[in-house]
Amino acid sequence: MTLPVSKSIAPDEGSYNFAYLDEQTKRMIRRAILKGIAIPGYQVPFASREMPMPYGWGTGGVQVTAAILGADDTLKVIDQGSDDTTNAVAIRGFFEKTAGVATTTSTEDASIIQTRHRIPEMALNSNQILVFQVPIPEPLRFLEPRETETRKMHALEEYGLMHVKLYEDIAKNGHIATTYAYPVEVNGRYVMDPSPTPKFDNPKIDNMEALQLYGAGREKRIYAIPPYTKVKSLDFDDYPFEVQSFDKPCGLCNAEGVYLDEVILDDKGGRMFVCSDSDHCEERRANGHLGPMAADPAATLLSGGTQEKGQ
Amino acid sequence: MNTEAINPSAANSAARLAAGFADPVHDAQNCFRKVMQAMARPGTLQTFEPGLTDLPAPLTAMGAAVALTLLDYDTPVWLDPALAKSPDAVSFLRFHTGAPIVDVPVEAAFALVSEPERLTGLGNFPQGTPDYPDQSATLVLMNQTFGKGASLKLKGPGIKDVARFSTSPVPTTFWDQVQANNAQFPRGVDVIFTGEAQIAALPRSTQLTRPEA
Repeated sequence: MTLPVSKSIAPDEGSYNFAYLDEQTKRMIRRAILKGIAIPGYQVPFASREMPMPYGWGTGGVQVTAAILGADDTLKVIDQGSDDTTNAVAIRGFFEKTAGVATTTSTEDASIIQTRHRIPEMALNSNQILVFQVPIPEPLRFLEPRETETRKMHALEEYGLMHVKLYEDIAKNGHIATTYAYPVEVNGRYVMDPSPTPKFDNPKIDNMEALQLYGAGREKRIYAIPPYTKVKSLDFDDYPFEVQSFDKPCGLCNAEGVYLDEVILDDKGGRMFVCSDSDHCEERRANGHLGPMAADPAATLLSGGTQEKGQ
Repeated sequence: MNTEAINPSAANSAARLAAGFADPVHDAQNCFRKVMQAMARPGTLQTFEPGLTDLPAPLTAMGAAVALTLLDYDTPVWLDPALAKSPDAVSFLRFHTGAPIVDVPVEAAFALVSEPERLTGLGNFPQGTPDYPDQSATLVLMNQTFGKGASLKLKGPGIKDVARFSTSPVPTTFWDQVQANNAQFPRGVDVIFTGEAQIAALPRSTQLTRPEA
């Protein structure tokens, strides 16, 4: 048996097992993943391990990725859509070091994409696996704090409380005010929390070609949505589910119909809206799409220097 | 199960113990990904070269690969009578996986079935509870020939529109049992079919239609 040893570790320092986790832990997680796939939307309890990063930084997603990752995989990690924020960079580095796998920022080239709170704009294909980092897997938790009760509610398919919550949104605000972690019903059975992705991404979960795996490390739950599974965002006949829309295109790449982040530029009210999916935005700019703010000096900073090449 | 006396035949067979995966980490990972894809896309055939040789009959290479991939001390396993009768097969599984071997299906987390045509009813295995539907058994059927037998229509999660699936041998009432298994979703067992070089699976979520007789 040969283990890939990262070049940055001296030979006498030894190395981790491939992808950090020991083999028994991987088997345990793998079994939980298979159950999750067999019962779409049901949260499978698993013996979550302590990871060399704090809870809240994607320990669930990292464990799922470590259990499925192979030497020939290409890994992409995004945090709120971006490849270059702290969480994404740290997790990518973690697997480069412990598994020696190829990593990429390109959505197209990745075989496994670990994500925190976004789904790439580009449609994923059937050879890809999307791994979500989940903070609170239980969609009913803020309505009913007792695990014994929420478990019973799932068993009895008793989701009236969730509809009451959405109804109260309408009664107070005139519309369903839930904008992220928007509850969905998976394959007509389990109500599931799609993790705190903006509800903008909910339609992508429905009938997705790629397999979706969700890992919650602190809460010790794994769940899954197999490919081509009907996933419905909860709503009412007279208040149908709607996604956010933006009145302006991306300031950098002019993309419309994508999820945008607001970026404050100065203390005089200057701001711009840019793609949350950094790879999507970069690819569009490389293909010559330029947004109204692309020439702005602030845009040069935001776009990580790629703008300079274009000028 | 822990108190089982070491019988002489098992002790003798230790010398003939077949090897496990050549590369335990990556072979198990590779095998798992095939099983996962099979489970996520019911009815599709996933090709995998188990790379195990000289296995004690009636254990097959693919069945053994799935066992090495998924079993350990946490997973009580039930062996069908043909497997349980083979001391070599039993000691192979005991040595390489450490899984406790149970005598009755209802205590099993996994079942290894070398003679699928004689398989006892699916209802004899743990089905999970309404609160914990995951606490159910996974059956591994060996010696399957895909594309033979009744042509079944599959629908459900993991399947775009409709999939076709056929495999043999299975007991005569097996597909009725699979339909009944799906009807009690989310409770139920999951079945992994293993052939010579291919794996397929039917999770409990798959709806099955049989051809009109």
